[in-house]
Amino acid sequence: MKEKVQDIPVHHTHHKMLPVWFFIGVLLLIYGVIILFVSVREYSHPTPVVLAEYHAGVWGGVILLLFGGGYTWRFWPRAGRR
Amino acid sequence: MSASLSMLAMWLTDENRMISLQTPDLLIIVIYFVMVLGIGFYLRRFANTSDDFFMAGRDMSAWVAGLSFLSANLGALELMGWAAAAYQYGILATHFYWIAAFPSMVFLGLVMMPFYYISNTHSVPGYLQLRYGEATRALSGISFAFMTVLMSGINMYAMALVMKVVLGWNIHFSIWISSLTVAVYVTLGGLYSAIFNEVLQFFLIWLGALTIPVLGMIEAGGWNGLVAKIHQRVQGDYVHLWSPMSTFAGNPMGVHWTGILFGLGGVIAFGYWTTDFLVVQRAMAAKDLRSAKMAPIIASYFKMFVPLIVILPGLLALGLLPFKLVPESAVGPGLHSYNEVLPLMLARYCGPGLLGLGVTALIAGFMSGMAGNVSAFATVWTYDIYRPYLNRTGTDKHYLLVGRWCTILGVIASIGTAYLVTHFKSIMDYMQALVSFFIAPLFATVILGMLWKRATAKGGFWGLLAGTLSSVAMYTAVVVNPAALRYLALSPDAKPMAENLYRALWSWIICVVVTVIVSLCTTPKTEKELQGLVYGFTSIPSDKGLAFYKRPIFWGAGVAVIFAVLQYIFW
Repeated sequence: MKEKVQDIPVHHTHHKMLPVWFFIGVLLLIYGVIILFVSVREYSHPTPVVLAEYHAGVWGGVILLLFGGGYTWRFWPRAGRR
Repeated sequence: MSASLSMLAMWLTDENRMISLQTPDLLIIVIYFVMVLGIGFYLRRFANTSDDFFMAGRDMSAWVAGLSFLSANLGALELMGWAAAAYQYGILATHFYWIAAFPSMVFLGLVMMPFYYISNTHSVPGYLQLRYGEATRALSGISFAFMTVLMSGINMYAMALVMKVVLGWNIHFSIWISSLTVAVYVTLGGLYSAIFNEVLQFFLIWLGALTIPVLGMIEAGGWNGLVAKIHQRVQGDYVHLWSPMSTFAGNPMGVHWTGILFGLGGVIAFGYWTTDFLVVQRAMAAKDLRSAKMAPIIASYFKMFVPLIVILPGLLALGLLPFKLVPESAVGPGLHSYNEVLPLMLARYCGPGLLGLGVTALIAGFMSGMAGNVSAFATVWTYDIYRPYLNRTGTDKHYLLVGRWCTILGVIASIGTAYLVTHFKSIMDYMQALVSFFIAPLFATVILGMLWKRATAKGGFWGLLAGTLSSVAMYTAVVVNPAALRYLALSPDAKPMAENLYRALWSWIICVVVTVIVSLCTTPKTEKELQGLVYGFTSIPSDKGLAFYKRPIFWGAGVAVIFAVLQYIFW
């Protein structure tokens, strides 16, 4: 190839879009609800896993709910946000 | 809904599975697929130009680019493979997360990223074209595109195999569903989709896997309890990083500290983190130079803590599982291989719901790895192969369309590779070795190009070629005669792991030597031609006007301190 082809100059583009944090918040919030609901049932229907008495599912569900809820609320599309 | 998910579970699975998923677990997996496809359809409207599609509009914040940079490397194969390595080799496997990450990631941010960013290139082969010319770009671009799409296929096959062994899922179902999903969301949103899903995957992996170290450490009675349990079960030093590495025979990995420090930390890590376009592309998509510099530094902090969810589960399995795991070749009825460590530990502690989250994290890891490969392939193919060699005069819309078709083509080629590997499994080992041939010499070529103004086009091309061919020759020599390893690693006690490290080191040295010799015998570029490409001829914006806590070098120093403390604790 004798002819040189210079790289195309890069342009910066800004789109007004929902941030990725919003999608993460929604997904984790839904997961939190499901896991908490299922894990609370384990008090009456225990699952044969090691250290079941610590109810990891309940803790995990609460953490996901708080995390997901916080992100969803914080990044919920509102008027005036860029 | 519940009944249909149960029927789906019955249709998908057979009785020879390690984990039984219940309806909530399947619901969590289905919701993940719906979410990633939804994100793809949402982002479709923003991918209207080639810059949008290939570079995500260069509009990513430092945090998004940084998490995506890390997640592109945090695939499920990586997680499961290194958890297995931790079971086999103990805490030595952590070297691949610490010495093999922090120095090279910080170096990329502070030293190399300004050249990638200021040169306004779209890719690493694109930088090589600007610095060395077409021949070097062609060599690097074609090899990268070829390897990337094949590795994507290998990942896909590995995912299908894991899903079959762990969940009992039909192998064809796993391959087609995951590929179609990736094809849809990357074709629609390009790098936007790939980055969004990588950041999503980052959260899923941490939240899905964190149960294991937390409950594992409770069960083991803390770190001291775990060390005592490991000593009861296995002989040898599995809990120290550097002290067993004074000889090849003194550690389960069969590696000397020089191999880890120079081969792994000095060459392989720098080659991977600073020149593999799959990861560098994420940092190049940052919205400004400071964000591009911060992206790999942010990633390096999280990388330092990944051993919590990868290495620690392997060590916990070594100390706590009531049975011993065996190599893949020795697996028989009732036996599990090292590679099943992570799913076994998930099943040990996680009930319904949490188990679904853990499995979803693995699926997300596989799929985002595939998406990363395919999006990098589409970029390099379009900008570094199609545009310079096949059609120089297309419009932006045309290249955007080519990018979308390349994505589909990449997925089809990946599916083909996956089925090829299904029939010829040894290809997998050869392909992974093949990828490693390019990394070390490429780093030498790029870093010489950035820091040494005298490096010439011919020097760059012949150095890269010589380094790559020498790596192939060393690999072949050891395959033909395994005893040759003693000459490569300079010790009769070296084990196969040492081969990769020393092969990389030698091929890097050969590339540097050939590049320097050929460059000194050929005509260099003029200073005008080197503007924006080489140290000394590039005006890099200074960070001195920023508050100290906003400077990339401050955060780079912070991760260095954490690194030093961790090395001291586990020395």
